[in-house]
Amino acid sequence: MKPVLLIDFGSTYTKVTAADVDAPRLLGTANSYTTIETDINDGLADALEKLERQTGKLDFAARYACSSAAGGLRMLASGLVPELTAEAAKTASLGAGAKVLKTYAFQLNEDDADEIKAIDPDIFLLCGGTDGGNTACIIHNAEVLREIGGDYPIILAGNRNAARTCSRILEGREVHVTENVMPAFGTLNIEPTQQVIREVFLNRIIEAKGLSKASELISGIMMPTPSAVMAAIKLLAEGTETQKGIGDLVAVDVGGATTDVYSVAEGLPDDPRTALRGLPEPYIKRTVEGDIGMRYSIHGIVDAAGLKKTAQIAGLTEERLSEIVERFAAHTDLLPYDDETQRADEALASMAIRVAVTRHAGRLSEIFGLGGLQLIQTGKNLKNVDQFIVTGGSLIHTEHTGRIASYGFYDAEDPGSLKPQNCTVLVDRSYIIAAMGLLSQYYPDAALTILKEELKKDDRTE
Amino acid sequence: MEQNKKTLIIGVIGADVHAVGNQILYHAFTEAGFNVVNLGVMVSQEEFINAAIETNADAIVVSSLYGQGELDCRGLREKCDEAGLEGILLYVGGNIVIGKQPFEEVEKRFKAMGFDRSFPPGTPPEVDIEYLKKDLHVED
Ligand code: B12
Repeated sequence: MKPVLLIDFGSTYTKVTAADVDAPRLLGTANSYTTIETDINDGLADALEKLERQTGKLDFAARYACSSAAGGLRMLASGLVPELTAEAAKTASLGAGAKVLKTYAFQLNEDDADEIKAIDPDIFLLCGGTDGGNTACIIHNAEVLREIGGDYPIILAGNRNAARTCSRILEGREVHVTENVMPAFGTLNIEPTQQVIREVFLNRIIEAKGLSKASELISGIMMPTPSAVMAAIKLLAEGTETQKGIGDLVAVDVGGATTDVYSVAEGLPDDPRTALRGLPEPYIKRTVEGDIGMRYSIHGIVDAAGLKKTAQIAGLTEERLSEIVERFAAHTDLLPYDDETQRADEALASMAIRVAVTRHAGRLSEIFGLGGLQLIQTGKNLKNVDQFIVTGGSLIHTEHTGRIASYGFYDAEDPGSLKPQNCTVLVDRSYIIAAMGLLSQYYPDAALTILKEELKKDDRTE
Repeated sequence: MEQNKKTLIIGVIGADVHAVGNQILYHAFTEAGFNVVNLGVMVSQEEFINAAIETNADAIVVSSLYGQGELDCRGLREKCDEAGLEGILLYVGGNIVIGKQPFEEVEKRFKAMGFDRSFPPGTPPEVDIEYLKKDLHVED
C-alpha cells in the first residue's frame, strides 16, 4: 500500500482524502473547519485525526493540497470590447481557477477605479486590443491602475504593441507580460495567461494568504481548488495513455455561494451549414454563476427562475417557499430538516442547475432570410454530450439526484438552448473530484481508476 | 499583423449568405498590402464595429449582394460614432439595392447614410483598392 493524502483547504471546510496509489482505491475522507485566522494546520490536524480514526494510522508517501480558502484566487480582469477581449480575459481567468469578481470593458472610469481599490484583488489581468490593434484603451487603463496604487500583481496580456508602454507606466509594480489573450481578431489564446496565473498563485498568493505555513507539511503543488476540479474532469473525459476516458462531459458543482459549470467538448454545430458566431470556445470551459447558490446566493436562484415556477416544482405555496428561502439565506449552514424544506432545497437545486447550465451552454437561433431558414450558433453545442456529473451538498445528500440533474438537460420548452440530451448522471457521492484532480498531477492512472469507481451512476432515482 | 499596413474589416452584412465575392475581396485586399480582418457572411453591424474597435481598423468595407443593403446598412455610421469610431472610412458595394436603379440616386442615399463611397454592381476589386489607397493615403 502507498497512501497519498489530498487536502482541499476550502473557505469553510478543510477536506482530506486518502487514496492508495498502489492498488488504486479510496481509503477514506474526512473534514474539519478551516482555521485560516489562527493556524491553518489546526483544522488540517483535526481532519487528519478524523480520517485516521476510520482508516487507521497511515504513512503517507506524499501530501498534495489545493485551496479556495481566504476568498479563493480573487481576480479582476479588463479588456476592450465586452464580447471580445473582455470576454477572453474573463474566460482565461475562470479557466485558471480564479474567482472573477468583475470584468471591465472599455476605459476604466473613476467609479471603476474606486471599486478596484475597494476590491483590492489578488491579481489584475489587463487586456485589450488585438496585436497591432487598439492601444489607447489598455494604456489608459494601465494609467488608472497606476493611480490607484496597491501591491497586487498585474498580468499584461493585451495588444503586444502596447506592452512596453504599459510596463513603463506601471514601473515599480509587479508586472507579468505575456501573450495577448486575443492576438488576432476572433482567435482565443488563453493558455499563456493561465500559465502566468498559476505561477503567480504559487509564488505569491499562497504566501500572502497565510497558506504557506501549511506548505511545510505538504510535498507537492498547490493550486486553486477549481483548477484541481478542472484537472479531474479533463482526465475523466480524456483518459490516460493506458486507460480510456468516458468522453465528452458536463459537470456541475452547486455550491452555497456560486454554481460552477464545466464542459469538456469541442461543441461544434451538428449541421456544418450552421454559421458559428462569437468568440471561439475553449475545449474545456468553466463558467461561474456568482448569483446562483444554495445559501448565500439563494435569492439569485429565485430571481432567475421565478418564485412561481420554483414553488410549483417544490409542490409548495409561494408564501411557504419564500419563508424557507429567507430562512436558508439567514442561516447559511442550515440543512433541510423536514419534508417541506427538503422539497424546497431540491427545487432550488433544480433551478440552480437549469439556470447555470443554460447560461453555460450555447444557443442556436434561426433567421428566416430571403433564402429561407439559416441557423446561427453562438457558444458550445453540448447536445451530444452524454455524461453529466453533479456534485455539491444539495445534490449528493438526496435520493433524487437524477431528477434534480435532469433540469440541466435539453428542454423542449427552450429548444434553442444547446444543453445535453440523453445523459447518464454520475454523482460525486464522496466529494472527491478536487482531490482526484490533485492526485492526477502525479498519479493520473490511479486518479482515473478511483474517479471511475467512485462517481456512481445515479441508481437511486425515484 | 504588420504595423505599417492599413487594417480593413470586411464582411457581408445582414442575413446575406453570398460567400464567393467576399473570398475574392479578401484575397485581393490582402494581395494589395492591407491587413484584412474577414468576418465572412451574415455579419451584423455590431460585429463590424466590435472588430474595428479591437483591431483599430482604418476602414470598414461592407458587401451586400441580396438586395437588402439599404435596410441592413442603415444606422451603421451613427453606431460607429457612438462607439468612438468617428471618421472611420465606410465603403459599401455588391448588389446593394434591388433590381436596376440609377446608381447616382443610390449613391446619394448611401452618402446620406454616412458611407464615404458606394459602388455599383460588378465593380472589380481593383477599383476598390485604388480608392482605398487614395482615401487612406497609402503610397505604392
Ligand atoms: C450563387 C448565388 C447564390 C447562392 C449563394 C451561394 C453562396 N453561399 O455564396 C444562393 C443560391 C445561396 C443564393 C441565394 C440567394 N440569392 Co443569389 N445569387 C447567386 C449568383 C448567381 C452568383 C453570386 C456570386 O457568387 N457571384 C460571383 C462573385 C465573385 O461576385 P459578387 O458576389 O457579385 O461579388 C463581387 C462584386 O459584387 C464586388 N463586391 C462585392 N462586395 C463589394 C463591396 C465593395 C465596397 C466593392 C467595391 C465591391 C464589392 O466584388 C466581388 C468580387 O469581384 C448571383 C447572380 C450573379 N451572377 O451575380 C445571385 C444574386 C446575387 N442572388 C440574388 C438573390 C435575389 C438571391 C436570393 C434572395 C434568392 C432567393 N429568393 O432565394 C437568395 C438570398 C439568400 C441570402 N440570404 O443571402 C440576386 C440579388 C438581386 C439584387 N440584389 O437585386 C442575384 C444578383 C441574382 C439576380 N440577378 O437576381 N444566391
